[in-house]
Amino acid sequence: MHFHQPEDQIFRFRRRLAVAVGFVVVCFSVLFARFFWLQVVQQSYYQTRAEENRIALLPIVPNRGLIVDRNGEVLSNNYSAYTLEITPSKVPNLEATIDELAKEVSIEAKDRKRFKRLMEENKNFDSLAIRNRLSDEEVARFIARRYRFPGVEIKARLFRNYPQGALASHLVGYISRINDRDQEKIEDDDQEDNYEGTEYFGKTGLEQKYEYALHGETGFEQVEVDSGGRAVRALSRIPPVPGANLHLTVDLKLQEIAEKAFGDNKGALVAIEPSTGGILALVSMPGFDPSLFVDGIDPQNWRDLNESPDRPMVNRAINGAYPPGSTFKPYMALAALELGKRSPSQTISDPGFFDFGGHKFRDDKPGGHGTVDMYKSIVVSCDTYYYRLANDLGIENIAGFMAPFGFGSPTGVDIEGEGRGILPSAEWKMKRFKQKWYPGETVSIGIGQGYNAYTPIQIAQAVATLANNGVMFRPHIVNYIENSKTGARTYMEPKPVRTIALKPENLEFIKHAMEGVNQEGGTGGQVFKGAGYTSAGKTGTAQVIGIKANEKYSAAHTAKEHRDHGLFIAFAPVDKPRIAVAALVENGGFGAQSAAPIVRQVLDYYLLGKVPGAPAVLPAKPAAPAPGDDDQESD
Amino acid sequence: MIRRIWLRFTDGLDGPLMAILGMLMACGLAAVYSASTEHFFSQLANLTVAFTIMWLMAQVPPQKLQNYALPVYLLGLALLLAVALFGDVSKGARRWLHVGPTRIQPSEMMKIAMPLMLAWYFAQRETAIRYRDFLVAAVLLLVPVALIAKQPDLGTAILVVAAGFYVIFLAGLPWKVMAVLAAGAGAAAPFAWNMMHGYQKRRILTLLDPTSDPLGAGYHIIQSTIAVGSGGFLGKGWLHGTQTHLEFIPERHTDFIFAVFSEEFGLIGNTLLLVLYTALIARGLMIASKAATFFGRMLAGAVTLIFFTYAFVNMGMVTGILPVVGVPLPFISYGGTALVTLFLGVGILMSIHRNRMLVQK
Repeated sequence: MHFHQPEDQIFRFRRRLAVAVGFVVVCFSVLFARFFWLQVVQQSYYQTRAEENRIALLPIVPNRGLIVDRNGEVLSNNYSAYTLEITPSKVPNLEATIDELAKEVSIEAKDRKRFKRLMEENKNFDSLAIRNRLSDEEVARFIARRYRFPGVEIKARLFRNYPQGALASHLVGYISRINDRDQEKIEDDDQEDNYEGTEYFGKTGLEQKYEYALHGETGFEQVEVDSGGRAVRALSRIPPVPGANLHLTVDLKLQEIAEKAFGDNKGALVAIEPSTGGILALVSMPGFDPSLFVDGIDPQNWRDLNESPDRPMVNRAINGAYPPGSTFKPYMALAALELGKRSPSQTISDPGFFDFGGHKFRDDKPGGHGTVDMYKSIVVSCDTYYYRLANDLGIENIAGFMAPFGFGSPTGVDIEGEGRGILPSAEWKMKRFKQKWYPGETVSIGIGQGYNAYTPIQIAQAVATLANNGVMFRPHIVNYIENSKTGARTYMEPKPVRTIALKPENLEFIKHAMEGVNQEGGTGGQVFKGAGYTSAGKTGTAQVIGIKANEKYSAAHTAKEHRDHGLFIAFAPVDKPRIAVAALVENGGFGAQSAAPIVRQVLDYYLLGKVPGAPAVLPAKPAAPAPGDDDQESD
Repeated sequence: MIRRIWLRFTDGLDGPLMAILGMLMACGLAAVYSASTEHFFSQLANLTVAFTIMWLMAQVPPQKLQNYALPVYLLGLALLLAVALFGDVSKGARRWLHVGPTRIQPSEMMKIAMPLMLAWYFAQRETAIRYRDFLVAAVLLLVPVALIAKQPDLGTAILVVAAGFYVIFLAGLPWKVMAVLAAGAGAAAPFAWNMMHGYQKRRILTLLDPTSDPLGAGYHIIQSTIAVGSGGFLGKGWLHGTQTHLEFIPERHTDFIFAVFSEEFGLIGNTLLLVLYTALIARGLMIASKAATFFGRMLAGAVTLIFFTYAFVNMGMVTGILPVVGVPLPFISYGGTALVTLFLGVGILMSIHRNRMLVQK
C-alpha cells in the first residue's frame, strides 16, 4: 500500500472531481430545464393529451324508428344481436388476430372478405364487425379469452329487420352500411355529430326519404378508458332519443292482395285515397327482400338482383314511364267538353280508321264502331273518335289541359327516385329533339300513344284528381310521424296542390261514362260483373313497339317483351270515391284482361273486405280475345 | 447488550448516505406501490436482500477489495463468454446464463467489476502512469463491453463503458487524448450506426421524432412524456396518475417508473428526486476526495458517477431527451438485480469512507 501520496496527485484528482461535479451539475440542470418545460410551460398541453387518452366520448346510437301501416302492421323494426368487432387501429397484426379469433368463434372466408370491404369503405370508423349475430356460446367463449385480444370487443347492436320480406319492398326501401356518398350527404346536412357511431343509412324508399326522422338523436357517454381502449367507468351520459315511428297511409293487407294479384307478372299499381292523396298501396313487381342489404349484400345476390331481366330493383310505380294508352281518353273527352270542342251528343261515324292526309290511323276494331257519341267513345274505347278529337284540339290545347292533372311532372310523393314522364308538346319536342311538332303527331296522342309516357303514380294521381272533382292532392305514403318518446304526432297535412276548375256537368258526364265502362257492354263490364259496388274505370293497352299502318298487332306473333302493356284505371264508389287505382301489367296484353282483374281484387278487398283465392292474372297467354267479348274489346 | 448489537450493526454505515438512501427508497416504494401494487412486497424483499449485501460490503476493507479485483473481473469475463456461447435468448437478446436452478445476468456484475478492475490496475502503477497503461485499461474496458453490446444490451454496455471511463478519467487521462477520442468517436459514429441493431436505430430515430411511429417505438416516449407533462407543478397525487393507472405507461414499475413518480408528484417531486441524487453524488464524491488510497479515490469516484449516469440516462429517456435504453432509475425502479448492484456500490463507498483514516493511524 502507499501511505504517502504526492500532494500534486491528490490535487490533480480533486481537480478531476471538480470537472465531474461540473458535468453532473450541467446534466442535472438540463434535466431540470426539461422538467420545467414539460410540467410548467407545456403542462396544459400534456394535461389535454392525458385527458384525451383517458376520456372517450362514446356515441350511443339511438334505436331506429319503426315503420307501420295504417293498421299498425309492422313493416320495419329492429332486433338486437351480438357482433364481434375489431378496432383495426388498436390491433397490430390484423391477420394474425383474426386467425386467433377464428379459433374461438367461427369466422368464414366470406366474413373475412366482408370485413376487408368494410375496412376499405369505412376508414373513418374505429370498430368494425368481423362477425354478426354471434351465438350465446360464441359470446361466452370469446368473453373468457378476451384478455388475449386487445382491440377486439363484443357489442350488442340493433339490426334492421323487415318482417314482411319482399312485400312492399319498393315502398319501405332498405338501409345498409354508410358509404362515402352517404357520408358526404351527412356532412352536407350538418349531421356528422348525430351520425357519430351510426353505421347504417337509408338507401331507398321510406328508409331513405325519412332517414333523419327515423334515425333519432345520438346520445353520448363519457367514459374513462384504459390503454387497451376498454371502458373503465362511465363519467357522464346523455341518453339518445330514439327515432320517430312512421305511420303510413298504406293498408298492408291491400298491398299484399295487390302484389299477389300480379302473380308472376311485372308491373305496378298505385291506389290512392282521392280525398287526401294518401297512398293505400304502391306496388312494383317484382320486389326484393330488403333484409339482404342490411349486413352488406353478398356478391351473388347482388348480381342476381341487378342482372335479372325483370329488373326487380327498379321501382316501376314511380320511376317507370309508360304510354297511358286508352286510359288517356276520359281526360281527352273532358278536355273537349271544357274547351267546347265537343258536346256529349255530337257523333262521328267510325269507318275503322281516321284518315290524316292520306295516312290511315287505324281503329282497333276492324270496320269501326259505327256511329259513336262521346259516351260510347269511352265505354267501347273508340280510337277513331279520339284521333279526330286530338286533331281538332291541337297539341297545345291537349298539353295545356293535361298538365294540371299532373301528367308529365313529378307528383312529389315522399320517396326518392320519381320519374318525370313525358307530356308531349311542341315546346317539349323542340327542347328534346330540336325539331318542330308535326300535326300528324298529335293524332295518336289522342289515344295515349305517341310521345305520351307517364309514371303509374302520375296516372293514379290523375284518376284520384278526377274522382275528387278536380281537387288534387300530393300523393303521400306517410300519414304521420310519431315521436317515439312523447307520442306526439306530426301529420303530413294533406293540402290540395291545386283545384282544377271543371264544370260539374262535364265531370258528371265523364264519371258516368267511366261507370259505363265497368257495366255490361263496357270494356271492363265482364271483369266487374256483380261487383256489389259502383265503380268507374277505363281500360288501356299501350303499344311497346310501333305497328306499321297496315299491320295488325297479334299477341301470338310477338315476343313476350314486345307485347302490349295492359292498363286499367278506376275509382269507386262512383258517387263518393274512397279509392282511386291505376294498374299496369307489363306485356300483359289487353288491359281489360290483365290489369282490370287486379284492380277488381283491390277494390273488392278495400270496399268489401273480400280476400281473393287466386292471383288475378295468369301470365298473358297469346290468345285471341274470348268470343263474344269481341265487340267490346276494342283496345 | 441491544445497544452493542445496534452499534455493531450501524458500525461502518455512513449516516448521511443512509439518510439519503432512506428517502430515495421511500420515494421508490411509493412509486412501485402506485405503478404495480403486486410488486410492492417483493420489492421490499429485494431491498432487504440488497441492504444486507450493502452492509456486508461495508464491512470489507478496501485493501481486501483490491485483492478481489482481478479474480472478479476474470470471472465476469468468463461468464460473459459463456453467455455468448450458451446463454438463453429472451426477447431477442442473449443475456442470461443458467447456473443450477437460477439464471444470472453476468453483464450486471461488470458494472462493479469493471471500475474495481481498472482502479486496481491504475493503483498498481499509481506513481508512474504512462500512456501505455491507458491503452491497457482501454482494452480491459472494451473487451467485456463488446461482449455485452453484442448480446445486445445497450443500456448495460453504456453503464459499463461509463464506469470504466470514469476510472480512466479520474486516473488522469490527459485532456489531449480525450479530445482526440472525442473527435474519433464523432468520426466513427456512422460506422457504429451501421453496426447497431434495427430496434436500437429505431429508438434513436424515434427520439428525434416520436410521432413518426406513435403506436410502435414512439409509443413509450409519447406516453411517458404525456405522463410527466400532465403531472404539472404539484402532480396528480399519489395513486391518482391517470396515465399510470389506466396503463398508458409501459414498463411502469421498472424502467419507466420515473413517469409514474413524475405524474403523481409533479415538478416538486422531481426536484426532490434531483436534490436527493445530487446529495448522494455530493456525498459520494466527498468520500472519494477524502479516501485514503488512490485505489479508494478512483473506485469511490467511479461508483458515485455511475449512480449519476443511471439517474441521468433514465430520467433523460423517460422525458424524451435521450434514446430508450434499458437503464433503471437507481434505488427506485423495481428489480432485484439492479438494486443489488447499486447497494453493492453504496457498500463500497461506505467501506472506503470507514477506512479513510487508515493513513493517520
